[in-house]
Amino acid sequence: MTAVDDRPAGAAPEIGRDRRRKEDQRLITGRTKWTDNIVLPGMLHLAMVRSPVAHATISNIDVEEAKAASGVVAVITGADIKDTQGAIANAWPLSAEQKTPGHLPMAVDRVACTGEIVACVVARSAAEARDAAELVDVDYDELPAVFDAREAMKDTVLVHPDLGTNKSDFWKLDSAEAGTGGNVDEAIATARESGIVIEREYRNQRLIPAFMEPRSTVVDPTGEQITIWTATQIPHILRFLIAATTGISEAKIRVIAPDVGGGFGGKLQTTPEEFITLAAARRLGKPCKYTETRSETMVSCHHGRDQWQKLTLAATKDGAVTGLKVELLADLGAYAAILGGGVPVLGAWMFNAIYKFPAYQFNCQTVYTNKTWVDAYRGAGRPEATFGIERIMDELAAEVGVDPLEIREKNWITHEEFPFTSVAGMTYDSGNYEAATARAKELFGYDGLRREQQERRDRKDPVQLGIGVSTFTEMCGLAPSRILGALNYGAGGWEHAAIRMLATGKVEVVTGASAHGQGHETAWSQIVADRLGVAFEDVEVLHGDTLVAPRGLDTYGSRSLVLGGEALVRAADKVIEKAKPIAAHLLEANADDLEFMAGRFGVKGTDKGLTLGEIAMATWTSHVFPEDIEPIIDSEATFDANTFSFPHGTHLCAMEVDTETGASTMRAYVAVDDIGTVINPLIVAGQEHGGIVQGVAQALWEEAVFDENGTLVTGSFVDYTLPTAADTISYVTDHTTTPSTTNTLGTKGVGEAGTIASTPAVVNAIVDALRPMGVNDIVMPCTPERVWSAIQTAGSDTAGSTTDNAQPHFESGAANQDDPGSSAEGADR
Amino acid sequence: MIPASFDYVAPTSVAEALTALAEAGDDAKVLAGGQSLLPILRMRLNAPEKVVDLGRIEELRGVREDGDHLVIGAMTTYADALASAAVSEHAAVLHAALKEVADPQIRHRGTVGGALVHADPAGDVGAPALALGTEFVITGSGGERTVAASDFFQDLFETAVAEGELLTAIRIPKHTGWGGHYEKFVRVAHQWSIVAVAATVRVDGGTIAEAAIGLTNMGSTPLRATAVEAALVGASASDEAIREACAAAAEGTDPPSDLNGSADYRRALAPVLTRRAVLAAAGG
Repeated sequence: MTAVDDRPAGAAPEIGRDRRRKEDQRLITGRTKWTDNIVLPGMLHLAMVRSPVAHATISNIDVEEAKAASGVVAVITGADIKDTQGAIANAWPLSAEQKTPGHLPMAVDRVACTGEIVACVVARSAAEARDAAELVDVDYDELPAVFDAREAMKDTVLVHPDLGTNKSDFWKLDSAEAGTGGNVDEAIATARESGIVIEREYRNQRLIPAFMEPRSTVVDPTGEQITIWTATQIPHILRFLIAATTGISEAKIRVIAPDVGGGFGGKLQTTPEEFITLAAARRLGKPCKYTETRSETMVSCHHGRDQWQKLTLAATKDGAVTGLKVELLADLGAYAAILGGGVPVLGAWMFNAIYKFPAYQFNCQTVYTNKTWVDAYRGAGRPEATFGIERIMDELAAEVGVDPLEIREKNWITHEEFPFTSVAGMTYDSGNYEAATARAKELFGYDGLRREQQERRDRKDPVQLGIGVSTFTEMCGLAPSRILGALNYGAGGWEHAAIRMLATGKVEVVTGASAHGQGHETAWSQIVADRLGVAFEDVEVLHGDTLVAPRGLDTYGSRSLVLGGEALVRAADKVIEKAKPIAAHLLEANADDLEFMAGRFGVKGTDKGLTLGEIAMATWTSHVFPEDIEPIIDSEATFDANTFSFPHGTHLCAMEVDTETGASTMRAYVAVDDIGTVINPLIVAGQEHGGIVQGVAQALWEEAVFDENGTLVTGSFVDYTLPTAADTISYVTDHTTTPSTTNTLGTKGVGEAGTIASTPAVVNAIVDALRPMGVNDIVMPCTPERVWSAIQTAGSDTAGSTTDNAQPHFESGAANQDDPGSSAEGADR
Repeated sequence: MIPASFDYVAPTSVAEALTALAEAGDDAKVLAGGQSLLPILRMRLNAPEKVVDLGRIEELRGVREDGDHLVIGAMTTYADALASAAVSEHAAVLHAALKEVADPQIRHRGTVGGALVHADPAGDVGAPALALGTEFVITGSGGERTVAASDFFQDLFETAVAEGELLTAIRIPKHTGWGGHYEKFVRVAHQWSIVAVAATVRVDGGTIAEAAIGLTNMGSTPLRATAVEAALVGASASDEAIREACAAAAEGTDPPSDLNGSADYRRALAPVLTRRAVLAAAGG
């Protein structure tokens, strides 16, 4: 039985159709169950008391005044719950040697960053809880603190004195050792003699995943099971980790992620607030709610990126890359969060990107600092890598003196070479970089913009034009369980789906991928409608509740469709398989004489047949049923991939740079992505546009800044300059399609593509605009002041390097820092 | 984001409001459009015992003409002032600045008077008000007094409005026939000005006959670029002459340094933005 194309004759296929999203009316109007909307009888409210200092011993907490305040039911300190509160787990230790500080939801005797919770007030109203929280008197004995990752590497000030070092772990991939390529040090040495060596240090700044809905948790401890509603991306993983760290039986825990307003990786975490709300509810025996303020989000939701990258690229004189060496320093903040060091390590397979590098080495050092902990943020490890490689490929093009697209073409994998095993040992199943690039150039008007750029240069226009290129790939569908196991990750990477055929002909689809704005309900309905030949409207998608959808590994890493979608396909095929003998029995036909088409089993050569809906009804009643067959046609399937999927694309960006003020304005942006088969082009466009602006925001606007005391200076949207629609232009998006071979649908994943690709495209464009002035880097975010400073000093600086102010990450005289003025191989003028 | 509790009164006349303020003494805060006060209260950066809401005092709203002056009630929203044909005709630079205030939601809530009394040096109505030679009508228990623009802004978040007093209106001498432009420099659209320049000029036969320039966020109060004004008068309304006259825009300023720019960077921006503002105001 095959069910590849079972649509009603003449009916348009659902897959590929730009269906408006089923879920949007309730999500946009807010007439739905956001966690903070949930009100339970007798529910109490929590307010957190957070540390205002970055590193201190807690010498005393006086709760008496707070306890006596109006409406207060309890004040809880870390000492009260230290043995029962559970723990914030790091699921991905890089090795058995990793130094991992204990991370309790509520600090007991020491805090290691500002915003860490030291007590909570439980009161009858949120206002009373907030008022009383201000009355909790905490004595802090301040300890020395360190905020800069490079400073932390010296171990002179310790983030966690008991660890004895700030260095968490070191992780390495070497192509010579792995047998996937040559020796990178030899390649670099050869290039120093007779080729080109480009050495750069890039900075991926710290960002804040500013999801729209602040986090919120409601815990109901009454009844046999403890029910936890929470604004999370990972209800299943949270359930497991609560059980694993509190000792509560997993079977007694029900986690519900109701509608969740965005995450971007920021809700891929088990949070202190969730554990503390649980602890309070259990202690008091009453439902408890905690909803954070936006200010609390900014300092206490995990941050993203924060990485220093030293790159050494070796090439022949004509620009064929012979080796790439990567040395990362990744700032984990105060604790190893759920993925922790695993996030930067994902870059190991991505720095080599779409290129055929003969030799490669990736080194990643993770280090603690007294700042908010860092974890996944849209793209997670892959944007950092893509930024580094796409920036330095532009530098190579400048050094060779050719167009940046030409240098890429010289080094990329050609479409005839797929499947291709990369120098990092990853097998890319499919792709066509030439096709995507050709289409992007055409849509962009590449040659015309290059001409205009030259004209502006010639007439010394105060507004210069720059063109930035980013030809990216990413690994999606996190992740094959066997690879996760090899990487020491604490869980698998499969996904699950179930289909319930209701008597009335409606179809319930249960997915383990818990959406938080992605549009799964719509896309999953389209897949099932095509597969089972039922109406789009008749499919109901259920998710996010561990009681309803008991199996799943949730939503992150562009995994839902490539894994969850494939599980769904397999579950649908099982429904058809189970229905077939029933249909044969009811039709009094031989099963071999049946064909399934357009949702109906027909007897070949006759007009006799039964729809799936009729079979579902007959199964439900079971009045006339074969004796040897179980009366059910529901099904479930679990899918674990053998490998990742590899979306790719060519993004082109034109930036106008006002050399008088340093302001950069986007002129044009074209993204041609190959994400395999598109289920819903409207949803895909939404992911692409939103993803692109999120990456542009890293290039131009966003940065989490801490002051010398470890206080988050960008603690509100006044200073954390999140863009709005008013700051963007309309991006041009299009696709080329080479279906993935890793799943039946041919999908590759799109949730992170725009964010991964756009950041280097924008920075490359700004640098391209200013390169004739001798500028070869601007640190992100490329603020007008940084751009202006680079221009000011570059004009008088024959070395062609930007100022310390513009590039604070450059350490003069440090290892692996070339002097572009004196070193022939590093010069880029 | 729950403020500490406070008493709330919403008088319907200026007299009632003054009485309410007098009763509360220095523990009261005046609520106009709330676009600055409410975040401060919600973040608990301030906890007044009483909030006196002027939102129901109709006499404080609206724009009218009074001979050679425009009179803008203190509780007129940015949006209402922006929609006023009289403002557009007689105070072009204010009209231009109002367009640049934050975002539409804030413009429909925030008020001209509230912003002026809050006196954030990065706010967008101070510099045009200063450039236009605005008179500030302040009402207290002893009656009404009028303060010149040059005396109104005293320091960071400090104005001539004393405890127990209210700004009730501003009187702007009509600048009919003057061109006006507000050149605002920001990183993202909804941001406070990093630097902005309010320029209004009267061009007569290709020559700048009169000029007034207000600077936003170049010191602890809005500032007049007097050296530029002097250099502009009598200059031709040409790119070259305006460029030369605007070179001194940062003279006498004391800009802040913050995440968006150092003082030196702001000093470098001022002449560029002033030139652009004047050129646009002169119709260039």
